[in-house]
Amino acid sequence: MQVTINDEPREIEPGTSVAALLAELGRDPRHVAVEVNHELVPRATHGERMLSEGDRLEVVTLVGGG
Amino acid sequence: MAIDLTTDARLQVGTHTLSSRLIVGTGKYASYALMAEALERSGTDCITVAVRRERLIDAAGNNLLDFVDTSRYTLLPNTAGCFTAEDAVRVARLGREILQGLENPGEDWVKLEVLSDTKTLLPDPVATLAATEKLVAEGFQVLCYTTDDPIIARRLKEAGATSVMPAGSPIGSGQGVLNPNNIRICLEYLKDGDPDYPVIVDAGVGTASDVTFAMELGVDGVLLNTGIAHAGDPLSMASAMKHAVEAGRLAYRAGRIPRRLYATASSPDDGRIAPLPR
Repeated sequence: MQVTINDEPREIEPGTSVAALLAELGRDPRHVAVEVNHELVPRATHGERMLSEGDRLEVVTLVGGG
Repeated sequence: MAIDLTTDARLQVGTHTLSSRLIVGTGKYASYALMAEALERSGTDCITVAVRRERLIDAAGNNLLDFVDTSRYTLLPNTAGCFTAEDAVRVARLGREILQGLENPGEDWVKLEVLSDTKTLLPDPVATLAATEKLVAEGFQVLCYTTDDPIIARRLKEAGATSVMPAGSPIGSGQGVLNPNNIRICLEYLKDGDPDYPVIVDAGVGTASDVTFAMELGVDGVLLNTGIAHAGDPLSMASAMKHAVEAGRLAYRAGRIPRRLYATASSPDDGRIAPLPR
């Protein structure tokens, strides 16, 4: 099934959780925050939050800024 | 009696006690390594950071977090680049989520920026107020980037802002404090009956004298980024800014002499060997 991550389409297996997706992307969950369809998914619930066809994700981190 | 430098150097903002009155941004340095050294020299223990999309293709890219000791610095996440209250609230929540993961004390506050115009980067005061109300209700300590307008400054404080941070001049413009009278009125309004309420000049300072001047007005701190990051020699400018904020604070506390139109001699009139001219 297809989801969108940071405006880029991506194919993932049905039944993928946010935690599983971050692992697939090779991201340390402590260094990112994830929104699904504009709603923050708290880190503690990454494992239970299953993704659905068409979900729009934001995966963000910290960068230099003023 | 001289001012105790070690205690007066501290800046209290909400529940956070900072050891320097200078807050430094982490953007626009030529490299993260240079940034880390500049932060060290600035003497700050509080740095602003931005929240941006992870670059998922470039897995080998440098991450800010590899260059910042998060046990040493209190991170102040910003909502830079947001043009609506809704987006700013989303970004504030995302920043809090990341800082919670890092177990950084900055997880409960945010530097709120809601901009209205890409050319001036001036804040949208109406949207800033709306976002402040929302974030305060969600338990954030909100540090509001705003214009130097005393009326909106007062409205932001009334809405529960932990600190109001008027711009000296537009972000990154290096024009210094363009309207010191407005900053003075902001200070008078915001500190009326609440002398410890923190007011921080955020944005626009270009060099050490701009920082000193701002501090001499009586603001509690200065937040800057470009003035160091884009200086010819960012490391030396970081040191200059450290001294500038201390010099300005001390001069403010010490109390300057009044300005006079005519001279007053520093050496005594008595005992001169030559007569005064008529």
